[in-house]
Amino acid sequence: MLSFVIRRFISMIVTLWLIITLTFFLMHAVPGSPFEKDGKGLNEAVAANLNAYYNLDKPLIVQYGLYLKQLVQFDLGPSIANSSDTVNKMIARGFPVSFQLGIVSVLFAIVTGIALGVVAALRHNRLIDYIAMIIAVVGISIPSFVVASLLIKYLAVEWKLLPTATWGTWQHVIMPALALAFGPIAIIARLTRTNMLEVLTQEYIETARAKGLSPATIVIKHALRNAVLPVVTLLGALIANVLTGSFVIEKIFAIPGMGKYFVAGINNRDYSVIMGTTVFYSALLIFMMFVVDVLYGIIDPRIKFHGKESKG
Amino acid sequence: MEQRETLLEVSGLKVTFRAHGGEISAVRDVNFSLKKGETLAIVGESGCGKSVTAKSIMRLVPEHIGKIAGGSILFKGKDLAKLPEKEMQGIRGSEISMIFQDAMTSLNPTITIGEQIMEGIIRHQKVPRSEAKRQAIEILQLVGIANPESRLKQYLHQFSGGMRQRIMIAIALVCNPSILIADEPTTALDVTIQAQIIDLFKSIQQKTGVSIIIITHDLGVVAKIADRVNVMYAGKVVESGPVSDIFYNPQHPYTKGLLASMPRLDADRNIPLSPIPGTPPDLFSPPLGCAFAERCNHALEVCRNYQPEETKVHNAHAVSCWLQDPRAKKLLASTQAPTGT
Amino acid sequence: MIVSDDLFIPMRKDSSNAEAIVRPQLTYWQGAWIRLRGNKLALMGLVIIILLVGMAIVGPMISGHDYAKQSIISKNKAPSDANWFGTDEFGRDVFTRVWYGARISLFVGLMAALIDFFIGVLYGGIAGYLGGRVDNMMMRFVDILYGLPYLLVVILLMVVMGPGLMTIIVALSATGWIGMARTIRGQVLQMKNSEYVLAAKTMGAKPFYIIRKHLLPNTIGIIIVYVTLSVPSAIFSEAFLSFLGLGVQAPQASWGVMANDGLSTLLSGHWWRLFFPAFFISLTMLAFNVLGDGLRDAFDPKSRR
Repeated sequence: MLSFVIRRFISMIVTLWLIITLTFFLMHAVPGSPFEKDGKGLNEAVAANLNAYYNLDKPLIVQYGLYLKQLVQFDLGPSIANSSDTVNKMIARGFPVSFQLGIVSVLFAIVTGIALGVVAALRHNRLIDYIAMIIAVVGISIPSFVVASLLIKYLAVEWKLLPTATWGTWQHVIMPALALAFGPIAIIARLTRTNMLEVLTQEYIETARAKGLSPATIVIKHALRNAVLPVVTLLGALIANVLTGSFVIEKIFAIPGMGKYFVAGINNRDYSVIMGTTVFYSALLIFMMFVVDVLYGIIDPRIKFHGKESKG
Repeated sequence: MEQRETLLEVSGLKVTFRAHGGEISAVRDVNFSLKKGETLAIVGESGCGKSVTAKSIMRLVPEHIGKIAGGSILFKGKDLAKLPEKEMQGIRGSEISMIFQDAMTSLNPTITIGEQIMEGIIRHQKVPRSEAKRQAIEILQLVGIANPESRLKQYLHQFSGGMRQRIMIAIALVCNPSILIADEPTTALDVTIQAQIIDLFKSIQQKTGVSIIIITHDLGVVAKIADRVNVMYAGKVVESGPVSDIFYNPQHPYTKGLLASMPRLDADRNIPLSPIPGTPPDLFSPPLGCAFAERCNHALEVCRNYQPEETKVHNAHAVSCWLQDPRAKKLLASTQAPTGT
Repeated sequence: MIVSDDLFIPMRKDSSNAEAIVRPQLTYWQGAWIRLRGNKLALMGLVIIILLVGMAIVGPMISGHDYAKQSIISKNKAPSDANWFGTDEFGRDVFTRVWYGARISLFVGLMAALIDFFIGVLYGGIAGYLGGRVDNMMMRFVDILYGLPYLLVVILLMVVMGPGLMTIIVALSATGWIGMARTIRGQVLQMKNSEYVLAAKTMGAKPFYIIRKHLLPNTIGIIIVYVTLSVPSAIFSEAFLSFLGLGVQAPQASWGVMANDGLSTLLSGHWWRLFFPAFFISLTMLAFNVLGDGLRDAFDPKSRR
């Protein structure tokens, strides 16, 4: 167990380092200086000053070394567009908001998705199954910004149930969280349903029936757990989905989260913000996947910690 | 043989499955009975309906595709074929238990063995966990698993093949059922382990007096364990009787064929094993007459369109075959000396 | 039962067809086609896709408007005889632009799916077929890429390469092939170790024969399903990027760009500017998704429930 965790941890660090390196050299492969805008160059002296401030006058490999050194100290560097701001400060301001939104939608997606999938599987080939699967395929097909638009149109503009945009009270969370959760609900519901149907045909379910257990006990104790386990492996991708998805949603709802800074960074060609956000989110995700892997090993007794599923 | 009380009486059992574009008659009018403390073997090739018959007794035929279309299954004054599902749950695992072919897939891989044994006890006997645990340890000892106390906390993948089958048997026996149905219990095991499991069945039967229905296609297993045998073919019992009669005085050509295709130590090595040619009929549209006629060397014109009736050979030995008809016997006598009898 | 005596004669049997198989057997493709044909929803998806592609080709031509022509006097007009889907804030015909956008969105979707297919099959096929150390190295690399938040990577690439149609396709393909490669590799590896391939090998079959006769027919279904399902995900990603201002540049229009431009109309009431692009994105994705699901069921009947 411990050796598995350590091995997994080392591979996590290596992956992260690769991502940082890749991001760094990609960003520095962009032609031209970040201070050139719309073809207009800055005053030479000012440009030289700025280049010196952001270490851009040094050779690339030195810059890379300096950047890594910064990162080890958890410093993502200063913003290029606004020299009085740093990426760390932006994350400190924006991430709590994005995190709150993300957590609410992930939890909502997991609970609703699993419930929908289980009900569909138990009422297999009946009306409710078809309805759930229609919801699922529609959920995968309708982009989140369309869902968001519909929600604003009806819940906020027409019926005036919820505030249209911005952030602050719990009412502000509902629409963006719903819009973000819509796709993941569909994915989880489909996966849960497939797994559940698969598990229900397993022979150990028949054994459980042969013991005289009630259908409810069989579903809860024998089927549900084994059907939901694989959903855990989806969590990493799901969280990535929600975090990146929130860029668009935050833009639509004018929410002051990470997305706002990131999109502003894209528009201003603020490379340190783009790079910093990418590194931060990648680190977060890789760490989540690490946690998920370890967690999966703990809750599924079949996984022996050799990195592979046991066959015998 | 002493006269023992009849525990289970299956009569006229019919089971059908819905399939793409029609119905499959998997079990067609099956009759048999089971006495207290005896072991009944149901033999036949794959798809002959032996497993479906067993599952019907447990009412485990999957509801959405299959149903018991007729007949009765009398057990302790109740007709299991018509019992409400709720009451049936009370019988499953406590009065009648079943074990399946492959313990690897028939036990839950993510729940401890102890929990899987105990949940049946708690369900049926409504006892506290500590008592259930005591019983679970006891039953594991009975089926021959060492260190039962620590074994309870383990998972399926931590056991060997033979051990897993023993655990299945433990789960089935834990509530002292009066009938144990074993569906191909030895098929997935090595030959040496097979022998151990069969010995285990015998010793358990001696200790608890449980009646056993064993479903198998392995006549070697039948010879070792069964008191009586039902030979099934295409959803029907074609011959039934005490194990000695079936082995030494088989009447139905199919039974003879099965025996001839089985390797035996006392046979002349120069005579090759003779397989039964052909395949069983499609039960999508079962034949009008005897289902075996197409593959039978002695088939008569009458077999094509008329169902043979059951004929008593003597006492408990019965067979359904037109060759038992006096007119057929006369025909055979006039043409050639009958073979195999 | 009374049975006539003259039936007690040996049975006359047809020349030994006891082993004959009674019901007709279907080939893999016939079976798949029959199952697909029986799936109304999937067929509907297929018909919608054909209609969408047809309209993308002829739509901009039949409207009588130019997709980029601006007109101040006719801006923000509601749908009418002249402008079937209304006009936008620059007076451009939304109907024309929707179908023009369909060309771009469908092109992006199909191109990205095709590139994913080529790279994925090649990469996954090589890794799976060679196995061992090579496989290990190749898959380690894929695992690292798989762990990345792919939209972030795409955004990064877009920022680096600058916006435009080609960069979208390149950026989407840069990450899109990973899933395909993993799937193919898994399939190939599983089949390579299967007993029927082993049997073919023991009979002296050459690698090319095994690939052609065993690997290809058994993976083609999965490949088709995967390609079908990667089209909508590419279309979605394109819309997503357009929404962040990284899509195709004006006056070109994709559905994502149009939806983004139309967002402000939620409050102004010019609903048609948001509705039509949003509706067609959703419809296209729905059509590809149900077709993909239908194909999956058709090619792998075991997966069907």
